[in-house]
Amino acid sequence: MLAVKKIRECFPIYKKHPRLVYLDSAATSLKPQPVLDKMNEYYGEYGVNIHRGVYELSFKATDEYDLAREKVARFINARTEEVVFTSNVTDALNKLALMYAKENIKAGDVVLTSELEHHSSLLPWMKICEEKKAGLRYIPLSEEGRITTENFKKALTDKVKVVALTYVSNVMGYRTPLEEIIPLAHENGSVVIVDAAQAVQHFRVDVKALDCDFLAFSGHKMLGPTGIGVLYGKKRHLKKLQPVFYGGDMNEDVYPDRVEIKEIPYCFEAGTPPIAEAIGLGRAIDFLEEIGLKNIEAHCRELYDYALAKLSGIEGFTLYNKNADIPIIALNIDGVHPHDAATCFEQDKVCIRSGHHCAQLVSRFLNCVGSLRASIYLYNDREDIDMFVGALVKTIELFRKLDGGQ
Amino acid sequence: MNLENLYRQVILDHYKNPRNKGLKGYPKVRIKNPSCGDDITVEAKVSEGLIEEINHEGSGCSICCSSASVLSETLGGKTTAKAEELIQKFYSMIKGEDEGDEELEEALVYQGVSQFPARIKCATLPWKALERLLKGDDDE
Ligand SMILES: Cc1ncc(COP(=O)(O)O)c(C=O)c1O
Repeated sequence: MLAVKKIRECFPIYKKHPRLVYLDSAATSLKPQPVLDKMNEYYGEYGVNIHRGVYELSFKATDEYDLAREKVARFINARTEEVVFTSNVTDALNKLALMYAKENIKAGDVVLTSELEHHSSLLPWMKICEEKKAGLRYIPLSEEGRITTENFKKALTDKVKVVALTYVSNVMGYRTPLEEIIPLAHENGSVVIVDAAQAVQHFRVDVKALDCDFLAFSGHKMLGPTGIGVLYGKKRHLKKLQPVFYGGDMNEDVYPDRVEIKEIPYCFEAGTPPIAEAIGLGRAIDFLEEIGLKNIEAHCRELYDYALAKLSGIEGFTLYNKNADIPIIALNIDGVHPHDAATCFEQDKVCIRSGHHCAQLVSRFLNCVGSLRASIYLYNDREDIDMFVGALVKTIELFRKLDGGQ
Repeated sequence: MNLENLYRQVILDHYKNPRNKGLKGYPKVRIKNPSCGDDITVEAKVSEGLIEEINHEGSGCSICCSSASVLSETLGGKTTAKAEELIQKFYSMIKGEDEGDEELEEALVYQGVSQFPARIKCATLPWKALERLLKGDDDE
């Protein structure tokens, strides 16, 4: 177990809310002080624009921004020029879909995805397929709700040009067997786009080893600020893409009738980027590395196992994912709408998510109107789990009593 | 009011046994709350400034669904002017701005929702639908 007391000292939100039971890190993580300090330092000490001035402050800002990109690159084992800053995963995946589809998707082609996708991985392709008269196909999920290699093989045809998949489901916490899927996709001539929004903060993602073509994640789920995301793309792919946004900073030379754009990744970063946020993300990565992803993984696993053991003795609810790979617990209290339940949890200051979690096809698959989701991260401890389980029991009892009409 | 009492009154009565549920084909407005899946349609039969009848249909959490049922009983039979006034009173009560007007009758139980800001939207959804309906919207 990590020394949670010490870790929490780094997260100022616990000073303001000492009794906070935060189990919604899959939506966004809390932010440690060093990240806030680093961003403040930018605003307070060298808060000017990048790439534009030749004066010292601008040089310093540019330097820090570039350094953040290097940190991201090292974090996922990419080259720096393969790291494009965006504002979040949604931005990254939409931009990529637009850029990639332009030249590479035509009528009759197929984009293969899954019902586990977050809307930001699914909907850009849904719209593109609609427009281009291409097919959108889903890998059938296993009974448990997983994407399996076997089912992937069944769904893979020579029409499949793009495979767009989540690395980890944000509702079920299942890890997609991309290590097996990606080589098969490549043999088939398809490119693979990975939504790693729920992956990078939990285990080491090595884009070279994985051999994915594109991969995206958001800073705010990995202790970084909101407003910054990353699009990774293999260099040879990125070099072939045409930007969708034009403007300042992304061009080299402008003539009355044409523009010569900068090289990758700068050509994809039109306008003033989220400078403080990028620098903050760099610091968040340092923070994660200081604690160690392996240690975080082990800590979360231990808490998850502890939670599942506690839950196993309780009746009156349905657990949807008893074998999650990432510490996410998805459940519903039988006969109780998730929003009604979540308000009960709120009374005990237990913050969990309720609803569709921006992945409505998962709710459809589970045949529910939404679900309750508790997600665990490095600042959680056993007490948080106790509070969560306690609130669950209380809620089950409350609604039982109401049902009984007493 | 604590949560238990709120749910007790609301669920026992109107969530489990909704009044005026089922549409009959009058002008209607449908509103959804996509983040949680509340999806309510409210219809009203209005003639010469009088709301003769309110019906509703849909699905969602107990606060939203029961609120549609309570709305149909509280505002059915009122004049449109009165209904518009009471809708505004319902909003200010639920935001915690006041204790709520006696005329809100049964809808007064929703005063407790003001302590749960995240649920205000659930409670007001059917009222928003009727408000739009009275302004002349019709989804048909
Ligand atoms: C799997 C997954 N993909 C994409 C997203 C979208 O992230 P963002 O809202 O930061 O763009 C999320 C988070 O909400 C997610 O969990």
